[in-house]
Amino acid sequence: MLAALIIVFREVFEAGLIVGIVLAVTRSVARRGWWVGGGVAAGVLGACVVAVFAGALSAAFAGAGQELFNAAILSIAVVMLTWHNVWMARHGRDLAAELRAVGEAVVSGSSSLAALAVVVGVAVLREGAEVVLFLYGIIASEGSSGASIFLGGVAGLVLGALVCSLTYFGLLRIPGRYLFAVTSFLIAFLAAGMAAQAVLFLNQANVVTALDGVVWDSSWILSDESVIGRVLHTLAGYTDRPTAMQLVVYAATLAATFALMKLFAPAPKAIAAH
Amino acid sequence: MKRVPVSVRLAVLGLCVATALVLTGAAARAQDASIDITVQDKQFQPAEVKAPADKRIVIRVINRDANPMEFESHALKVEKVVAGKGEGIVRVGPLKPGRYDFFDDFNKKNKGTLVVE
Repeated sequence: MLAALIIVFREVFEAGLIVGIVLAVTRSVARRGWWVGGGVAAGVLGACVVAVFAGALSAAFAGAGQELFNAAILSIAVVMLTWHNVWMARHGRDLAAELRAVGEAVVSGSSSLAALAVVVGVAVLREGAEVVLFLYGIIASEGSSGASIFLGGVAGLVLGALVCSLTYFGLLRIPGRYLFAVTSFLIAFLAAGMAAQAVLFLNQANVVTALDGVVWDSSWILSDESVIGRVLHTLAGYTDRPTAMQLVVYAATLAATFALMKLFAPAPKAIAAH
Repeated sequence: MKRVPVSVRLAVLGLCVATALVLTGAAARAQDASIDITVQDKQFQPAEVKAPADKRIVIRVINRDANPMEFESHALKVEKVVAGKGEGIVRVGPLKPGRYDFFDDFNKKNKGTLVVE
């Protein structure tokens, strides 16, 4: 049971953090529950489909199907997160000002909400497929202990939900007028970390092999496998043995996000001058 | 002033970079080292494999058991699910000389080491 709990918790941990952030970002938007819930449901469904076709997926593209798939869905998440940030840079101020004008916020917020729902779905899908495969493997091999494994899995899920609510309520302690600024930074780093992780998958798929030397090894200070390492890995893309290409892409994603946010931000003074 | 073309330009630039990377990746790497690791009765066989340093290493993980397994290594930054009675290809490196531990994430007792020299 403990093994099932640990594996399930480890997988839902990352998804829990991301769902918590998305809930905090969208707290002023009505009907976000449907979007986020829909994202989670679609992710779970997708995870089951991926698990069923795991063999075919793995064999696809000369054995690199799994890596290419991971890189692709991470890239989708990066684009969605960046797009959300740009959208917030443009409309965030209006949204904050119209906290009470819920009807307006729903209309203007729903396109950005859809992007975040995709991010949630992708996070759940990525982590969920492994959980499904693992639990299926155990149940197939040791049918008798099915109930105990089920309990372990459920306990892992509950702990994951706990991570989600801790993230959510932690972020809600930030005063409303700073919340968008804080979450914009969080999301920018989240996206950069995902982009760097996508690079690793592309490297393993033999697609991106330039600059693949490991630049440093900080596993003796902070290992990816420690709790803090895992949190930082999810939130900011920390990795203890980054390759040069990962660092380049990480920096480029951050730079592109902030540049786009600046580019698309409304500039009242400039408009007034015209 | 409409800013839409900026995103189009970025997308085109991204496509160009991606294409260039794919081409350079495909052109090189003729001299990869290949290794086979079999999983049978929940054991890696062999449990210790050697590989050359500073070369791309292609590891073929052959799972003879009915259950899926996950070839995982923190040192190699690899997580690869291999279906029951299936095969998986793992590409790593180039690596510096050293010992790189790996294990089956679905069955932690099953461990092995990649010795790079």
